[in-house]
Amino acid sequence: MTTEHNTQPVIEAANLDLTFQTNDGPVHALKDVNLTIDKGDFVSFIGPSGCGKTTFLRCIAALETPTGGTLSVNGMTPDEARRKRAYGYVFQAAGLYPWRTIAKNIKLPLEIMGYSKAEQDERVSKVLELVDLAGFGGKFPWQLSGGMQQRASIARALAFDADILLMDEPFGALDEIVRDHLNEQLLHLWDRTNKTIGFVTHSIPEAVYLSTKIVVMSPRPGRITDVIESPLPRERPLDIRDSKEFIEIAHRVRDGLRAGHSYDD
Amino acid sequence: MRSFLPVLTVLAVIVGLWYLAVGPMNIRVSLDQAERAGQVVTPEGSRVRQETSVWILMAKNPGQIALGYDLERPRLPTPVQVGQELWKTTGEMAMRGRAMSKRSLIYHGWITLQSTLWGFVLGTALGILGAVAIVYSRVMDMSLMPWAIISQTIPIVALAPMIIVLSSQLGIEGRGVPKAIISAYLCYFPVLVGMVKGLRSPAISQLDLLQTYNATGLQAFLKLRLPSSVPYLFTSLKVGIAAALVGTIVGELPTGAISGLGARILIGDQFGTPLSIWAALLAAAILAGILVTVLDVLQRVTLKRMGMSA
Ligand SMILES: Nc1ncnc2c1ncn2[C@@H]1O[C@H](COP(=O)(O)OP(=O)(O)O)[C@@H](O)[C@H]1O
Ligand SMILES: [Mg+2]
Repeated sequence: MTTEHNTQPVIEAANLDLTFQTNDGPVHALKDVNLTIDKGDFVSFIGPSGCGKTTFLRCIAALETPTGGTLSVNGMTPDEARRKRAYGYVFQAAGLYPWRTIAKNIKLPLEIMGYSKAEQDERVSKVLELVDLAGFGGKFPWQLSGGMQQRASIARALAFDADILLMDEPFGALDEIVRDHLNEQLLHLWDRTNKTIGFVTHSIPEAVYLSTKIVVMSPRPGRITDVIESPLPRERPLDIRDSKEFIEIAHRVRDGLRAGHSYDD
Repeated sequence: MRSFLPVLTVLAVIVGLWYLAVGPMNIRVSLDQAERAGQVVTPEGSRVRQETSVWILMAKNPGQIALGYDLERPRLPTPVQVGQELWKTTGEMAMRGRAMSKRSLIYHGWITLQSTLWGFVLGTALGILGAVAIVYSRVMDMSLMPWAIISQTIPIVALAPMIIVLSSQLGIEGRGVPKAIISAYLCYFPVLVGMVKGLRSPAISQLDLLQTYNATGLQAFLKLRLPSSVPYLFTSLKVGIAAALVGTIVGELPTGAISGLGARILIGDQFGTPLSIWAALLAAAILAGILVTVLDVLQRVTLKRMGMSA
């Protein structure tokens, strides 16, 4: 293994375009998006509603087909990558099946992918541990708080060996204290698993705290206005948010968001 | 158990109204009988009384109103009379070991129940298969659904005799098969509609999630759509079994049927024995209540075990 291996691009978008044809005419959801995400990156997408964050993530996941440009995932087309189960996707709503226990919910992808029973059990207990839910496997979703449900849905995305984790505002519906805690856990998890993470958020502190790379986007048409490489170390205690570097990056993100807006007016 | 009190209240109101209605409904019969027995009633003569409203008859002959509550062949029997008749043709006969006699409502109820269950099974199977076809095929959605709706606008009383005649033409003996078909005809529709709704109930994001796992269509059906539809299925099954019972009884009405609750209702009408009509009606209502309750309990148990009880 060379160090070069570490910087091999996992996701590469070049001149990516996506226009939705709607009844009210075309909606330009993504325009000329260029972005490279390297292995092990933690990339946050931040921007106002409707700037195409979800759409871009869905393109990577092959849930949406771009109308122009090129996009590769692990050197393949997004659809090939999807068939190879290259990523786990965490939606904003936990979306656990109410008729399955937490453990059975996490087994869902494993059943579909044909893992053996023994392997399923082993993986379930491993990821439950990882998201700090050990002992909750036998509970039904309604018996868990919103934060715990979201953790279970992350565990579900981690259960199989995808080295990319795509998360669309996973903590958007949770209160700030729970959110802080989950952010901290997510960083630990990223550190332990060395996954590449694409993370959509509305919150500037969340983006700065988590990311190695922050992608600032703006709407109509959805586009990237700034890409910020974070100088913060991988190891990030919560109080890093009071440091000078942190505040500087947050400033730059805010400026980027503002610039995107004034473009419109 | 919380729903017990409201149900009992409604029942009490119905029985109360029923008792109140017995007076005016039976006043003419009462007065005819009293006149024949030599009592003085106003006005005299059955003919004249036909022209007079029941309220006036009751006002002029208050002494005879009570007679209406104890007639042998009342227009409208009292709940107690119906209850007694029902007991006479069920429990009492069973105690004498004649539960399966042709005069016992247990025998007729059993005949009706069999057809109902056959129709229910057939109708449910058709409904579920139709729903799967509709959900998975746009062509089916556009072609099958309108016909399913049209099928329910045809009055079943018009269709039932045709089905019976047709099946006997085809050499099918007895009433069993045509009755089950009629009953399935009424039963499949609520199941179809409920299952279409249930199979379509998963959110888009749920289907997207399976897409990210590269799940097959069959896996999506078995692991997501089918379990999601279970609450809808049970709700439709409860409607469906009641419809199946109605279908069976309608299938027993056309002349020629001699067994089943429907036949009892018709025979009671032909032989002028209103009590036996009412007893058969009550038996049918009790049977419907039992069937729906059984499904309701099944629903509760299943949903509880699936962790979906509200
Ligand atoms: N399936 C779709 N059909 C039509 N328009 C869509 C669809 N999905 C998203 N859009 C539009 O594309 C734009 C970007 O949406 P989205 O990616 O969801 O934004 P974000 O996640 O940043 O809030 C919005 O204007 C939205 O209305
Ligand atoms: Mg979004």
